[in-house]
Amino acid sequence: MKGIQQKAKPMKRIAILLSAAILGMSSAMVSAHDYKLGSLEIEHPFARATPPNAPVSGGYLTIRNSGDAADRLVSGEADFAERVEIHEMAMDGDVMKMRQLADGLEIPAGGEVVLKPGGYHIMFIGIDSQFKDGETRNVKLTFEKAGSIDVDFKVQDMKAMQGHMKKDGHGKMDHGKMEHGKKKQDD
Amino acid sequence: MPRPGLKTGIWAAIAALFLLSVGFLGWQYAVRGTDQSLTSGLKLGTDFTLVDHNGAPITQAAFAGRPTMVFFGFTRCPEVCPTTLYEMAGWFEALGEQGRDLQAFFISVDPERDTPEIMKSYAEALTDRVTGITGDPDEIAKVIAAWHVYAAKIPTDDGDYTMDHTASVFLMDENGNFKGTIAYGENPDTAIAKLRRLVGAT
Repeated sequence: MKGIQQKAKPMKRIAILLSAAILGMSSAMVSAHDYKLGSLEIEHPFARATPPNAPVSGGYLTIRNSGDAADRLVSGEADFAERVEIHEMAMDGDVMKMRQLADGLEIPAGGEVVLKPGGYHIMFIGIDSQFKDGETRNVKLTFEKAGSIDVDFKVQDMKAMQGHMKKDGHGKMDHGKMEHGKKKQDD
Repeated sequence: MPRPGLKTGIWAAIAALFLLSVGFLGWQYAVRGTDQSLTSGLKLGTDFTLVDHNGAPITQAAFAGRPTMVFFGFTRCPEVCPTTLYEMAGWFEALGEQGRDLQAFFISVDPERDTPEIMKSYAEALTDRVTGITGDPDEIAKVIAAWHVYAAKIPTDDGDYTMDHTASVFLMDENGNFKGTIAYGENPDTAIAKLRRLVGAT
């Protein structure tokens, strides 16, 4: 479909984009996949398609906690990556900052945490092959209380990613959220 | 005969008025000064010798003669860098023929890990209009400083590191004058309007 779009005249492109958007929406509905682990519900894990040779990719998902105790996403493990880490990204003015959350990410009781482009995400570091659109990547996520679960991350290309970013308010990133990392900058 | 107190008061008022005017004029001068330097005189960058993503030497001269976008980033960047390159591809597409002369460069802030080959496959996966630049870390540091870009190594627990960096795209006209920036996540219409102005299409 990419090839068709590139060749299409601007007039036609609108129509193609519209149908692509509709197709995209319906495929997102079909592909939305959820997991349950104790009182935790994990919704639509997806990962970013990568350029060839790119050493990292980001994973995103929504975690909901219906229990009355907070839990914590503490670690991840995957065959395809040297390391799986939990990170936070934020914009401080025009500067992009990224921090590893060494203590993991709290999922509050009765609340939800959204890992999404521009915010919290799971970093797959040292990936063994290119992430291609449409593939799935299996990752073991471990929570402090609920334990571990194997989750399939659906790889999505930038076009699909942009959809998520728009929906989730791409560009409206939290400022001043990463004060805890500031001390480290002076070196 | 006015009382001495009143006289002092009048003089104080005159003095205050005078100081206010001086302050206002000074402020106006400062504002106009800044504005001028930002829009018509400011040159960013410095002489450098680095390597483009095809392995060929590249210098500051590459930025001259054509309207230019410059973006700083690194290939272990999961988010801002691929998104920006992807958006650049979209801007080029939107500009079409108007963007014929526009060129774009992606300068690595992580030259120790970003080889020309890695930069090439990374950039070309998203667009054929952006040229990656990497090379000697000392030269890169010089360029980063001369562009007033913030870039810092942030160690991670495992002895590895990630990079914080300025995520804006810098715009320069064909004479190498700084013309503004496009922020990360900027509305595409605004970004394209800025680029149309840059290439003289409006």
